[in-house]
Amino acid sequence: MCMFQSVMNYFPEEVLDHVFDFLTSHRDRNAVSLVCKSWYSVERFSREKVFIGNCYAVNPERLIDRFPRLRSLSLKGKPHFADFNLVPHDWGGRVYPWIEAMAKSRINLEELRLKRMVVSDESLELLAKSFPNFKSLVLVSCEGFTTDGLAAIASNCKFLRELDLQENEVDDRKGHWLSCFPESCTSLVSLNFACLKGEVNVAALERLVARCRNLRSLRLNHTVPLEVLQKILVQAPQLNDLGTGSFTHDPNSETYVKLKNAMKNCHSIRSLSGFLDVNGRCLPAVYPICTSLTALNLSYAPGLFSNELAKLIYHCKKIERLWILDTIGDKGLGVVANTCKELQELRVFPSDLYGVGNAAVTEEGLVAISAGCPKLNSILYFCQQMTNAALITVAKNCPNFIRFRLCTLNPVVPDAATNQPLDEGFGAIVQSCKGLTRLSVSGQLTDQVFLYIGMYAEQLEMLSIAFAGDSDKGMLYVLNGCKKLKKLEIRDSPFGNMALLSDMGKYETMRSLWMSSCQVTLGACKTLAEKMPRLNVEIISENEGGAGEGEARLDDRDRVEKMYLYRTLVGPRTDAPDFVWTL
Amino acid sequence: MEKGGGGGLETELRLGLPGGEVEKNEKKRVFEEFDGCEDRAAVHKNQVVGWPPVAVFRRKNSFNEGKLYVKVSMDGAPFLRKVDLTMHKGYTELVRALEDLFGCFGIGEALKGDEENYEFVPIYEDKDGDWMLLGDVPWEMFAESCKRLRVMKRVEENGVGLHAKDLLKGLSKED
Repeated sequence: MCMFQSVMNYFPEEVLDHVFDFLTSHRDRNAVSLVCKSWYSVERFSREKVFIGNCYAVNPERLIDRFPRLRSLSLKGKPHFADFNLVPHDWGGRVYPWIEAMAKSRINLEELRLKRMVVSDESLELLAKSFPNFKSLVLVSCEGFTTDGLAAIASNCKFLRELDLQENEVDDRKGHWLSCFPESCTSLVSLNFACLKGEVNVAALERLVARCRNLRSLRLNHTVPLEVLQKILVQAPQLNDLGTGSFTHDPNSETYVKLKNAMKNCHSIRSLSGFLDVNGRCLPAVYPICTSLTALNLSYAPGLFSNELAKLIYHCKKIERLWILDTIGDKGLGVVANTCKELQELRVFPSDLYGVGNAAVTEEGLVAISAGCPKLNSILYFCQQMTNAALITVAKNCPNFIRFRLCTLNPVVPDAATNQPLDEGFGAIVQSCKGLTRLSVSGQLTDQVFLYIGMYAEQLEMLSIAFAGDSDKGMLYVLNGCKKLKKLEIRDSPFGNMALLSDMGKYETMRSLWMSSCQVTLGACKTLAEKMPRLNVEIISENEGGAGEGEARLDDRDRVEKMYLYRTLVGPRTDAPDFVWTL
Repeated sequence: MEKGGGGGLETELRLGLPGGEVEKNEKKRVFEEFDGCEDRAAVHKNQVVGWPPVAVFRRKNSFNEGKLYVKVSMDGAPFLRKVDLTMHKGYTELVRALEDLFGCFGIGEALKGDEENYEFVPIYEDKDGDWMLLGDVPWEMFAESCKRLRVMKRVEENGVGLHAKDLLKGLSKED
């Protein structure tokens, strides 16, 4: 090769190893391993953290084979649209085979992070018993386990530092999983059980908090009452991150006064969430904490009025991340714009999904935020209406967006002022925000918006499309233009075979493509699968009779209801259920 | 709710069984409806599965604090009951719960066949105030739009049973 490489080869492997230690990002490590065989070899023996964005792109055997020193694994399972009920239950994404394989190979697993995977109690039990140094379990949007599985983790993982359960569907057996942490367990740094439905033994909780002096992050569920929160805060004033359980009490009571005092003593809290049940009149207790907060999540707090929210936010001058409900209103967003000058990420969730919609937030709120918050770079905004003019202004005010997700409650609503499609507005966003990596569009949109996206969104990695576009051209603009595209998910849009088949090689440069209720036919999917053996092309049918029956019914000219394709090194998966047909 | 053109909308946006109920040639896509449709903007949000794109976990845990109690009346019963729709994952479970509540059997029969005589016909009132036969739309769509339930009991006259559609006809005349 070149002289540089031969020079590098004079370094003993230990030196390369040491140099690689400084590379922490997965992308850097992946890049380094492509340089040459010897770098590949050194890198693979030194890699301890692995991230797998699609659990079906590889298999456990290949993972273990390549990275024998694996200590920390991060896996993602179901496609993103599973969050919205578009993927049938039992589609897949089970973690058990991974845990089983790592246990058999005596991998020294210390950390496991899973997203959208199916986690059984058996998996958790096996995990708890197989890895003596296990330290951290983070489960995000997973399902399939009960509190019995959690009990196994609590009982067996002697050095557990982190148990973080975010938004999982857990069958709460109302057992005493929390009491299963032995008295000898003092290592917990982070405990988040906010998503659990059942009661926990509060005495055990208090004792656990008291003996874990390194506890930094604690998020309670809604069954933990305010009285207990107060006692916990007295024991753990060192917390950085607090998720309150229930936050309702008589504000004239002694308990409330004690809580206020306990909170005044918590000088380290930087992140606050919870309020899963809240009395607005109790909120002033948190004002002293607000001044140092950098993250605030009130998106699960029911029934707070706009003025109560505004009063709270008025104290949050250092906030960088804010998640809130649209009950805050445009006016409340105005308060955010005036107060939160450090704001980087804002998420505004809808409070009233099924009702008439009280025009809770509109384009005005978004414009105000963009004008007032110069550091804004990430937004998720559910709104009643939007205009091109507003989006153009936002684009001018905030050229630094890396994530921009807009969801109009009516998926095809046009510009509220001009009745035109919202093409120009989103076009302005992609043109102005040169660093945009994630985009979700909504509202009435033609092929034009995709022309703009293909032309300008050079860094775009993930794009979500729903009820948009006029023809195959739309999808083609995106596939041809967005060189860095990794994930494309499309629903209810008129893109068909011509777009799907125009550049089949493109899909090997991407993680996955989802298309549902579009115009692609079975025949085209078959063609794609045949030409591209390193893709799995899955047809997901709703028919309970199974894909067998579905196969018999569907002819090549029929449209496919749901297609999910992804690149893979290991061929069709062996655990696909009946209703998933890998072509 | 739109009739006619809206009917195509309803069929297409759901997680329905493919092929069996709708002729392949008649399968239309939502946007085709939109193109011709004057009220393009009038898509009811609650007719579209998975829109707005709020995660299932968040839906279940933010709204109504995770519970959805609706009244259930049974013809002939002296008082009404309440049932929490979030406690059930589908129609089968709901029907079983109703049967337990009222101490009877066979409420689910009307959901299965189409030309039989039933003793019970379970119906619900949706957000638009229309009375609908239970079981036509995917469970989630139903749970999102159901305001209350009613179990109608047929009354035999001349030994002739009533069909579900006759009962519904009678009901809409009442309203």
